[in-house]
Amino acid sequence: MSAAEEHFLDARLMKRLPPQRDSNTFELNVHLRAGPGITVLFGSSGAGKTLTLNCLAGFTRPDEGRILVRDEIYFDAAARVHVPPQRRRCGYMFQDHALFPHMTVRENLSFAASVARSENNRPLHRHRRVNELLELFELSDLASRTPARLSGGQRQRAALARVLLGEPRLLLLDEPTRGLDARLRSAFYDVLQKTRERLDIPAVLVTHDLEECFELADFVCLIEGGRMLQAGSRESVFAKPASLEVARMLGMYNILPAEITTLDPGQNTSRLAVFDGFLEGPYFPAHLIGDRGSLCVREYEMKVSASKPGPATNAVAVRPVKTTPVAAGIRIEFDGEFCATVSESDWQAMRGSERLWVEVPRAAVHFIG
Amino acid sequence: MAALATIIVVTLGTLGAYLLSHKNFPGKHLVDSLITLPLVLPPTVLGYYLLVVIGRASPFGQIYERITGSPLVFTWQAAVVAAVLHSAPIYIKAARAVLEAVDYRFEWAAQSLGASEWRTFWRVTLPLARRGLSSLATLTFARSLGDFGVTIMVAGNIPGRTQTLSVAIYDAVESGNGHVARVLVAVVSIGALLLLWAAGYFSRGSRLATSAG
Repeated sequence: MSAAEEHFLDARLMKRLPPQRDSNTFELNVHLRAGPGITVLFGSSGAGKTLTLNCLAGFTRPDEGRILVRDEIYFDAAARVHVPPQRRRCGYMFQDHALFPHMTVRENLSFAASVARSENNRPLHRHRRVNELLELFELSDLASRTPARLSGGQRQRAALARVLLGEPRLLLLDEPTRGLDARLRSAFYDVLQKTRERLDIPAVLVTHDLEECFELADFVCLIEGGRMLQAGSRESVFAKPASLEVARMLGMYNILPAEITTLDPGQNTSRLAVFDGFLEGPYFPAHLIGDRGSLCVREYEMKVSASKPGPATNAVAVRPVKTTPVAAGIRIEFDGEFCATVSESDWQAMRGSERLWVEVPRAAVHFIG
Repeated sequence: MAALATIIVVTLGTLGAYLLSHKNFPGKHLVDSLITLPLVLPPTVLGYYLLVVIGRASPFGQIYERITGSPLVFTWQAAVVAAVLHSAPIYIKAARAVLEAVDYRFEWAAQSLGASEWRTFWRVTLPLARRGLSSLATLTFARSLGDFGVTIMVAGNIPGRTQTLSVAIYDAVESGNGHVARVLVAVVSIGALLLLWAAGYFSRGSRLATSAG
């Protein structure tokens, strides 16, 4: 099996943008590989996410690289191949959706159906497809409205329906839920998952919303400043961030200075000096005893208690510095770059303690050198 | 005459403006400057060029004469050519701005759905620019009524055939016919005001349309 068959999408992109009035030269250099399912391009604004989508869709021509979708070449700098956007069949859902304002919802969809480069494009079939999608996305009653008279959520469904009429081979979604409230977001996620089950195509979704990334991603690709920091399945990236930068991007703010004191590959264990205590973790390959670095733990993996939980548990004593009430309970900030949230009643029990015990499961300990 | 000139300007001008706003080609800046040139040249210079290009001795003039059986210069058709030349530069420049103001994402959306460039232009770009372009067409019509210099050079001043309003006013003043001049001036002024009002009406509509969309 060759690499091209393993990945539905394989894109190596290099693009240099000249300096603008308010920015320096920007250089995009990413190698994106995706299977069927949703690949989330995650990064802050200005990281090059939308530029990547524009390259994939064919609106921006990369300086170097190659874009393969299934076995089809969309772009190859070396061979001077650049398939125009019209023939790429990329379902591109733009930020703000770009529904044609001078057409009704039905006209928007009919337009998409009439220009689609799909195999079966007879008028009757087109008409049926339009009605089918109007129904699927609960737009039948709104079909004669113009986009200006739709709500945000309706507009979004209309945009997705329009994109699907093109029978795309690749779905590109640029911050699809921007400006929607939590309820509409989760409604859209449902629609998206439904779509995914119907279509066996890769989707690339751009977002800077961590929750969205968690919820939707099969694969995650972290980009920052045009560079790819880490890519892989959601589980692997979230469990093992490759650097502190990645850990912070992923909201792993519990980062403690640590030193490796024991490493045992045979039993897959390690021991780390943290503050004046020790924590045990799994074996860390490619590290040596005496390595200093950072320990990263997800907040929800930690258990805080007032007294030492027991001799066999993996816990360390730390000093609380500050507490803040938050929606989920009480947020405790500890010495170091590190915090935890406990419930109101738990907090009452441990209030006043000089030191609190923080328990971390062995498997949740992750060391970054 | 002015209507014909407007139709010619709007058709060719919109096409030209589209090329200038959406395409990159070698010599684009040169083309842009050439289009602006009639705005800054004295009308007599333009008229002279036009005489050279479409006069009876020129290849173009001879071809025209062979096809239609009559020379082009000093006919009402020549007055149309003069009016076109007079109003086209402004139309093209303004239409280019109107077309560039159409949000490129609508055009991108159409193209990634599979629409050809031609189809995108007809179904998306043009409808979205329609208000702005109608307003410009009205102004073009007003402007093509008003040419003097080029017209008198290539079409002359033959009453009832090539005499345009502005030329007729000049004629009336020259011959001391103050009453006719006053009437004509009033007609031109009121007509221009009405046309400007219509143009403003179209562009107000376009602002409303974009803010609602």
